[in-house]
Amino acid sequence: MGIGLQTAAYIVASILFILSLGGLSNQESAKRAVWYGIFGMALAVAATLLGPNMTLHWVLIPLLIAGAVIGAVVAQRVEMTGMPQLVAALHSFVGLAAVFIGINSDMTGTVDLTRAEVIIHEVEIFIGVFIGAVTFTGSIIAYGKLAGSIDGKALVLPGRHLFNLALIIASLALMVLYMNHAGSWTLWVMTLLAFVLGIHLVMAIGGADMPVVVSMLNSYSGWAAAATGFLLGNDLLIVTGALVGASGAILSYIMCKAMNRSFISVILGGFGGGGGAQMEIDGEMVAIDAPAVAEALADARSVVIVPGYGMAVAQAQQSVSELTRRLRAQGKDVRFAIHPVAGRLPGHMNVLLAEAKVPYDIVLEMDEINDDFPETDVVIVVGSNDIVNPAAQDDPNSPIAGMPVLEVWKSEQVFVLKRGAGTGYSGIENPLFFKDNTRMFYGDAKASFDVLLGHF
Amino acid sequence: MQLGIPRETAKGEQRVAMTPEVTAKLTKLGHDLIIEPGAGKAAGFADAAYGEAGATLAKSKADLYKRADTIARVRPPEPKDLARLTAEQSLICFFYPSQNEELLAAAGESGATVIAMDMVPRISRAQKMDALSSMANVAGYRAVIEAGNNFGRFFTGQVTAAGKIPPAKVLVIGAGVAGLAAIGTAQSLGAIVRAFDVRPEVAEQIESMGAEFLFLDFDDAADGAATGGYAAPSSPEFREKQLALFREQAPDIDIVITTALIPGRDAPKLWLADMVEAMKPGSVIVDLAAERGGNCDLTVPDDKIVTEGGVTVIGYTDFPSRMAAQASTLYANNIVNFLADLTPEKDGVIVHDMDDDVIRGATVAHGGEVTFPPPPPKIQAIAAKPAETAPEKTPEERQAEEAAAARRAGLQQFGLIGAGSIVLLALGLVAPPSFLQHLVVFVLACFVGFQVIWNVSHALHTPLMAVTNAISGIIIIGALLQIGPGNAIVWVLASISVLIATINIVGGFMVTRRMLAMFQKS
Repeated sequence: MGIGLQTAAYIVASILFILSLGGLSNQESAKRAVWYGIFGMALAVAATLLGPNMTLHWVLIPLLIAGAVIGAVVAQRVEMTGMPQLVAALHSFVGLAAVFIGINSDMTGTVDLTRAEVIIHEVEIFIGVFIGAVTFTGSIIAYGKLAGSIDGKALVLPGRHLFNLALIIASLALMVLYMNHAGSWTLWVMTLLAFVLGIHLVMAIGGADMPVVVSMLNSYSGWAAAATGFLLGNDLLIVTGALVGASGAILSYIMCKAMNRSFISVILGGFGGGGGAQMEIDGEMVAIDAPAVAEALADARSVVIVPGYGMAVAQAQQSVSELTRRLRAQGKDVRFAIHPVAGRLPGHMNVLLAEAKVPYDIVLEMDEINDDFPETDVVIVVGSNDIVNPAAQDDPNSPIAGMPVLEVWKSEQVFVLKRGAGTGYSGIENPLFFKDNTRMFYGDAKASFDVLLGHF
Repeated sequence: MQLGIPRETAKGEQRVAMTPEVTAKLTKLGHDLIIEPGAGKAAGFADAAYGEAGATLAKSKADLYKRADTIARVRPPEPKDLARLTAEQSLICFFYPSQNEELLAAAGESGATVIAMDMVPRISRAQKMDALSSMANVAGYRAVIEAGNNFGRFFTGQVTAAGKIPPAKVLVIGAGVAGLAAIGTAQSLGAIVRAFDVRPEVAEQIESMGAEFLFLDFDDAADGAATGGYAAPSSPEFREKQLALFREQAPDIDIVITTALIPGRDAPKLWLADMVEAMKPGSVIVDLAAERGGNCDLTVPDDKIVTEGGVTVIGYTDFPSRMAAQASTLYANNIVNFLADLTPEKDGVIVHDMDDDVIRGATVAHGGEVTFPPPPPKIQAIAAKPAETAPEKTPEERQAEEAAAARRAGLQQFGLIGAGSIVLLALGLVAPPSFLQHLVVFVLACFVGFQVIWNVSHALHTPLMAVTNAISGIIIIGALLQIGPGNAIVWVLASISVLIATINIVGGFMVTRRMLAMFQKS
């Protein structure tokens, strides 16, 4: 295959990738869109394999087959609640590949380049490896936090901003050295520094900010691919990397906006404490038992369920779905309200509910349903906390002040399913629990729903 | 602790302080129940039912007072009952300490602890033991039922083959707990309900119950929040306007339910004789304030009269007692909730914590002393006045602000474009053309990416991440290009890259397909 045909194949692949992302605008076209992506990828790989300068097919075939088998097995086995971990793990692969390719590129050296091109090439190597390395270790830490093997709390070191800055400055200094032919060791040292930076950046981010971290790493993995594209002079890599980078950046922006926090404050880590004391809460939490909840549900005409990470932890989505089905069979209007940052991944709750066969047309976004709460008879909050916290609106000193929240307290009656009386992941008191129309239904979410199922 | 329930001795009183149903909750707190024979009979609860719920039956009233540690009753005790109490015993009941000074003094001398259910402070934590509200709720409900009983027509409007029936028009004056309960009951029977209250802030509550709030245009409106949510006496000018409003309504209204009370005063006269005269024959007035003299001129406390004009005026004072089973259940719940606060460990041991706002507020005699009136509660009653909201901006101001914001955004955009262009031009000066070609592709791809991704539905963000993950596996191409003869390390690293990038591609696409297949329409 000639270079011209290969380039044409790359153009087609780029277009297919763009169509693939564009197709995700709704659930029906999305199913077709994946195929565009798959064809695009197949075309790109085939064109590369059959292109000029390719040898050693024999060793590539087993590698590709092995990778495909591993990927397929992982994809089949992963639990939907485990999606955040899987996504983080896959990001780390892209980062690692970018590091390897950059280092390889350094070792193979360059030929026939002008002085300016050499400089740019060296900068490209450095940036490619840097982003790749940060993505790699950052994703591994994110994986650990999401899988629960690393403590989800934010690690706040003294002088952490200075530490990050020092790492970046040191990397820049190494880049200058590298460009002055100080040798490959500068690249190796910088890689190590970037590994440390990646670890530290993600360690400093608390569990509640995880959706932002995952989408941020998604963005980084894209930029790493784009940097690799520059390094190799390959436009397909540049285009695809830019698409992925833009996608991750937009997701991060949406997540930050949903929490009313600036992107900078999230990636610098730690949960910013508000100025002054939080509002005192007057009242007490009133517990309720399953028969009373069932009775209220039996009387209700409209029910809204607000799922959060707690539903994923308790694996309660099947029971929630079953209850929804039975309530709907009784002619009740049952809907789901999804806050943009519910769960640990953008859109996490939608996927869990879809897995449990909850029809997607009753799963609504915050903006679509927030005005309906005053006409709602019963709201069930399943394992979510900050996203239904009225302090975000009422208390200017709350750490989450100004964050858009689901206004569940405006409904007739709110039941909060919660394991115990403590504060949530973020450690913020929730005045919702103390409201007169709120009743606490303590216990494991799945067990609680199963008990409720017994009443219908 | 042994909780003793005597039979109510006041004439016509049918309620009882504990019901068999609620006894279970009492047992959970570690308390035992002992009742005087026949205590619940008037309310429809047989002694046997209490026995089944785990209560023991006392031999007589004297025996009950001897065996019980705490006595719970509805009405204030008679002096001879109070005399039976020892210093170790407690009494929980409606006590009305400000109207029963002699009784209060006697209670202080007895040494017993006396808790007045009518003195429970009105804070949100104490709502579950607010017996006055429970009774007012029953009274409001019963008032509508009583009115319906004396009203010769339907509440609800109907169009039947035999002709059209107009709906009854109900006016509720005073939208406290009783008023709101009356509104809700009349509304659910199908009547057209109007309501009035001197506190304009309850308009929202009235409307939420489905009634029409009769709005009185008056500047000096009373702010009920300052007096713990109760109404305050109004100025003569205000009163005149209010009466004019009622006079205008009188000929149109079929049923009037008045619930206007001001703490510590006689009930204000709001429905005067001329208004009663103006009403249609067959109309009904239920005066829930009859005990304090009544809101209506013609009210005869504890009686029902019919005027010459055919208007029925009901002045009963025992509405809760007329629904004894319901009222008793609610009151028993209030009592148990209060006992729950007195029994923090749920072990049947009473801890009378005089530092607790609610317990302190309700205790009128303790340790041989009269402890009434209580100090003001530490927590402000009802929600404090909401913070002043910023004055509504005029359209001009808003327009100006929007224009300024647009100008700022425009300037910002120009600045960004300018800065970006300068950076690119500077790059163009030094960078080789091959790099710039790639840069063009990169910048355009970024813009395409931004445009495309904004359209992705929120619900598909997780599949989006998985698919971008798969696509970013395109890095495999870089690794493929590097695999070649030569440096062994390069060869190994590139092979590993190919392997993991393949995992990424296949894993990413397959998991996306799995997820998307799950999204189903109902």
